[in-house]
Amino acid sequence: MDSKPSYNRYQRQIILKGFGIAAQDKLAAAKVLVIGAGGLGCPALQYLAAAGVGHIGIVDHDVVSESNLHRQVLFSMADLGRAKVDVAREKLTALNPDIKIETWQVNFGHQQCTELLPKFDIVLDGTDNFATRYLVNDACVLWGKPLVFGAVSQFEGQVAVFNGLQKVGSRSSNYRDLFPVPPNAGEILNCAEAGVLGVLPGIIGAMQAAEVIKLVTEIGAPLINKLLTYNALTQDVFTVQVDAGAKQIPQNVDEFMSTDYEVLCGNKIPGSPELKFSDIIGRDDLVKVDVRELHEEPRITEFICLSIPLKELEWNLDDLEGKKVVFICQSGKRSMQAVQVLKSYSPDAEVYYLSGGVNAFKS
Amino acid sequence: MTMTIEVMFFGQLTDITGSSKISVENVTDTDSLKHKLFHQYPALSTAKFRVAVDNKLINENTRIEQGTKIAFMPPFSGG
Repeated sequence: MDSKPSYNRYQRQIILKGFGIAAQDKLAAAKVLVIGAGGLGCPALQYLAAAGVGHIGIVDHDVVSESNLHRQVLFSMADLGRAKVDVAREKLTALNPDIKIETWQVNFGHQQCTELLPKFDIVLDGTDNFATRYLVNDACVLWGKPLVFGAVSQFEGQVAVFNGLQKVGSRSSNYRDLFPVPPNAGEILNCAEAGVLGVLPGIIGAMQAAEVIKLVTEIGAPLINKLLTYNALTQDVFTVQVDAGAKQIPQNVDEFMSTDYEVLCGNKIPGSPELKFSDIIGRDDLVKVDVRELHEEPRITEFICLSIPLKELEWNLDDLEGKKVVFICQSGKRSMQAVQVLKSYSPDAEVYYLSGGVNAFKS
Repeated sequence: MTMTIEVMFFGQLTDITGSSKISVENVTDTDSLKHKLFHQYPALSTAKFRVAVDNKLINENTRIEQGTKIAFMPPFSGG
């Protein structure tokens, strides 16, 4: 074994009552997987690395963009366009070269659960969408890993520790005990749609790091069977008790592996009738229907498009009968609803939607 | 005697109610509270949330008394 790195840098926490060298050793031996290096992941990673967590895994598929910088404090202007995991690894290694950092630039999915979860002790959820949150939650229950959950909306955040090992040997409550089934697509707005105060994920991500450190070092009272809600506008903290017992979770790994979380969360329609912009151009057999409101920009100029706002669609279904149709909207959400409206009217219709909407090819 | 309770709303539910705290009179249980609020704020009836009574999430209709603390809590997805 290599000689033990100096603990000088940790002196201020080692002297804490109830902490000491023993707690620092536990941190050095800990393996923590951080899913998402965004608003929550950045501050959490900085504090976990600074605190001396010995092995940190980071999963994020994304690259740094300018609209990340008001809250994702690991990144700077020079990093624009670079993979978040690469920048995070460099910055964290510079901060603390004594720890091991592993990175994966992928979307966290089923395959990452089977490959990565067995290698780590604790998972930190820094994701930004319900599909991944439910996937990560269910996986942590099935693989028996404590999950430090955090989520933000505008000026408020939530923090909890799910699936913690309890003294009686059972596992504590998880996200399914809080919200058994996911909301429908578009029902709850994300940061890009609803906005978020930059400092808020900083506070919530730091709280998540604190929960990880408490779990590893076994100090204090982690948020087990509890959900904490924080409001940055009032600095109010509100905590509720969450009891275990949800039944909606996949019963075994096989059932989990065959659950499509994008379908579960309404982001995708079973059978995937999604098309890309390049698939649509030149397809004269397809009737293209823009279901956005007439004032929404940018308008489509690349091909001829009918304009039928979603709320008027049900009165115009006769015109589409017997035709191959592709629905188009701003983000892909309304066009998915349009697919379902047409499918319920004529179940055999050949109908598609533009994946990611106009945003995906006009940005 | 009228009984007034305070109901707290979190996240984007406040866009529906216009406030993070509202007073409701003369409700005796969480079902009658929801009924009253859904009538007052129709968009709330299709919103996703959990109800907490005195800092504990509830699954069933629960009695409300003077001073009971009620919270309507939606899921957050942002990160």
